Amino acid sequence: MKKSVSFHRAALFAISLGGLIATPLAVADTVTVYSARNEQLIKPLFDAYTKETGTQIQVLTDKEGPLLERLKAEGAKSPADVLITVDAGYLWHAGQMGVLRPIKSPTLNANVPANLRDPKGEWYGLSVRARTIIYNKKFVNPSRLSTYEALADPEWKGKLCLRTSKKVYNQSLVATMIATLGEQKTEAVVRGWVANLATDVFADDSALIRAVAAGQCDVGIVNTYYLARELDKNPNLPVGLFWANQKERGVHVNISGAGVTKHAPNPVGGQKLIEWLSGDTAQGIYTNDDFEYPVNPKIKPDSIIRHWGPFKMDLINVSKAGELQGAATRLMDRAGYR
Amino acid sequence: MQSAARSLRQLGRGPWRALPIAGLTLVPLLVVLASAFEPQPAVWSHLAEYVLPSVLKNTLILLLGVGIGVLLLGVTLAWLTAVCDFPGRRLFAWSLMLPLAMPAYVLAFVQVGLLDFTGPVQTLLRDWLGDSRWFPPIRSTGGVILVLTLAFYPYVYLLARNAFITQGMRAIEAAQALGYTRVQAFWKVALPMARPWIAGGLTLALMETLADFGSVSIFSFDTFTTAIYKAWFALFNLPAASQLASLLVLFVLVLAAVDQRLRHNRRYAAKHFSPGRIALKGIARWGATLFCGTILAVAFAIPVVQLLVWVSEVWRADFDARYPLFLWHSVWLASLAALLVAALGLLLSAIRLHHRDSLTQAIVRLATLGYAIPGTVLAVGVFIPIAWLDNRLADLTTLFGMDSVQILKGSLAVMLLALAARFLAVAFQPIDAAMQRITPNQNNAARALGLSPRQTLFRLQLPMVRGGLLTAILIVFVDVMKEMPITLMTRPFGWDTLAVRVFEMTSEGMWERAALPSLAIVLTGLLPVILLVKKSEISLH
Repeated sequence: MKKSVSFHRAALFAISLGGLIATPLAVADTVTVYSARNEQLIKPLFDAYTKETGTQIQVLTDKEGPLLERLKAEGAKSPADVLITVDAGYLWHAGQMGVLRPIKSPTLNANVPANLRDPKGEWYGLSVRARTIIYNKKFVNPSRLSTYEALADPEWKGKLCLRTSKKVYNQSLVATMIATLGEQKTEAVVRGWVANLATDVFADDSALIRAVAAGQCDVGIVNTYYLARELDKNPNLPVGLFWANQKERGVHVNISGAGVTKHAPNPVGGQKLIEWLSGDTAQGIYTNDDFEYPVNPKIKPDSIIRHWGPFKMDLINVSKAGELQGAATRLMDRAGYR
Repeated sequence: MQSAARSLRQLGRGPWRALPIAGLTLVPLLVVLASAFEPQPAVWSHLAEYVLPSVLKNTLILLLGVGIGVLLLGVTLAWLTAVCDFPGRRLFAWSLMLPLAMPAYVLAFVQVGLLDFTGPVQTLLRDWLGDSRWFPPIRSTGGVILVLTLAFYPYVYLLARNAFITQGMRAIEAAQALGYTRVQAFWKVALPMARPWIAGGLTLALMETLADFGSVSIFSFDTFTTAIYKAWFALFNLPAASQLASLLVLFVLVLAAVDQRLRHNRRYAAKHFSPGRIALKGIARWGATLFCGTILAVAFAIPVVQLLVWVSEVWRADFDARYPLFLWHSVWLASLAALLVAALGLLLSAIRLHHRDSLTQAIVRLATLGYAIPGTVLAVGVFIPIAWLDNRLADLTTLFGMDSVQILKGSLAVMLLALAARFLAVAFQPIDAAMQRITPNQNNAARALGLSPRQTLFRLQLPMVRGGLLTAILIVFVDVMKEMPITLMTRPFGWDTLAVRVFEMTSEGMWERAALPSLAIVLTGLLPVILLVKKSEISLH
């Protein structure tokens, strides 16, 4: 009997201790952020903001899916003021779920080009992620390259590397292709890609870049900042970058972005933070720390990516990517793009 | 008449005792399953035509492959180190447990990095031979099976070793006395006697395989779990994802029934310490050393060296003052969860022993389902009722004029309960395997002496299952250290652990930078793993 009491007591003790070390709650001058952009990429930004304004930022990171479910489940009592994601599709989806609120901000309208924000003003792009063609400099003369669609030509049989279709970046790319080319044409292109694959699809862009460098394949499609990271580590990597579709709609871009949540306890603070993130200081950090392109056209890109030159971007509104993401996923399933 | 009435009362009590514990798993499961009733015909017809056929095939092949793999590896290694003698046996006995501390997704990433076309092995081969395209591709069905086998065999190894240490040699001797050869004795006596342990380890390995997302996605290998995530993250359709998860639950129930069948009507009451060992001779002697050494190298030593290399490259940039705090959070969380989950596992197992009616048995089974559900799905199932409860509580506090606060979500209690839902199976398997050694006679004797069920638990069962209990505590500790989705979703603000750090780095593909927290997880996990093996060594002497 004696043992049993001590057992129960131990369990109770454990649980009450757990309760004791819970963190203090939000105070007035705090903005709470739910972020799918990982901590080491946003912390420098938030640190700079706190230093400049004195506002504390409380952040919770997770994948987009769970974060959105969390917001939904918390409902009107959610502590979150701002939602940050790394993909337009999820921002669009967040809008659909009704967890964001529209904001009116002349600052944001001035800093963020119209195609990189929600037409209703519920979310705004903060950095641009261009997805384009890379090639092995030893085997490929860039004059042979032109468009994403041309990579489906038999010329590239056994020469193409792609990342998995489960990655949202590829879903967005195919979604915008559906928007401009229509389903039928897009499906034919995707089938062509699959027929040209040199090896099974890759789990991430970095592995794909290394495969192109090692000559496992000649060409591939990646987000530019992954290539910048690899080049930052090894400037002699024999991988070149080609801006796709420059003679027509332009390179496919996605965004990382943010919106103020519908039930934000501190919506004004949340809006101020997002406005600041679109401004000079923050935009500089975005491009210099992670080699992404600033969303704000007034800010110059980082030097390592500047020599790729300016490029024409696809001006279709990025919310299309969200709208057509499901259709794109189904299309890729049909075409056997894993 | 009287005894009939009593047995009826007994029948009535078992389910009520088991249900509160099972509720931890059942509530989140039901939350997930509830959304399965919103029909999603459009998504389903697509999934059924283009996704499910290949995914089902892959999942079955994976389960079969990993199942056979962990059995072969786990049982062989356990037999060698528990019953045989060969050079290095003592070292291997504990070090072969070490891969348990290595998260499967880390092992997967390291092995793919080393063995893929661009990795050092094939690069070297190309430098020497000019071509490496003949090299078997690591990103393949065989590759996934191999890596998951290496990651999950320790569950079988650990439990089977427990069985062999306590009865292996004795069984062989008894069988030999009856005229069996040693090989026959192994197959006909020692192996069947160890079945509940081996089945327990196998169940854990297979459930973890089913729930795995991190490793299979590194291989771009499509399984049932990746289909669930596709429905949720790519098709934005959580109901369809829940429906897929419900199918997965059904599948696990079948698995559980098979497990039950394997143990059906068997009593495993033997507990004798083995007297000596079989000294291996000739080729077998060094063959055993080579075999154990290879497994240890591939599953643990090489990945750790790779992690060390990466850490040496990134640690200047990444190590900061917060690391001690991450470590502390991980250890504290893992310790609390391990104690809580082991206590719940013990209670559950004791309830199962006392109440043999099928309803109680079924509820106990359901309580351990959480381990086979993809972590993120379970996390949502846990979070929704908690957030709901929290909002009601907040209404209550505002009613009393206080500020509305997030009572539950701000505390660790929620995390612990969610982790309990996930890891109950891990604690239950070793405890229950040990519990089955208690004979009905011992139980009846305790009853005859007038001990209440609770007294029986503390006087008879607890001392008998001490070994299993310790195993449970230590495995849960290590598993919680590695756990990601539930920790991410239920942690209070600022409560980042080492696993959260790994997530931060890997979510943007920076695997090399994830080496630092990964290595910290592995090293912290080593302590309990070594303890675990020391414990089983001591029980031998």
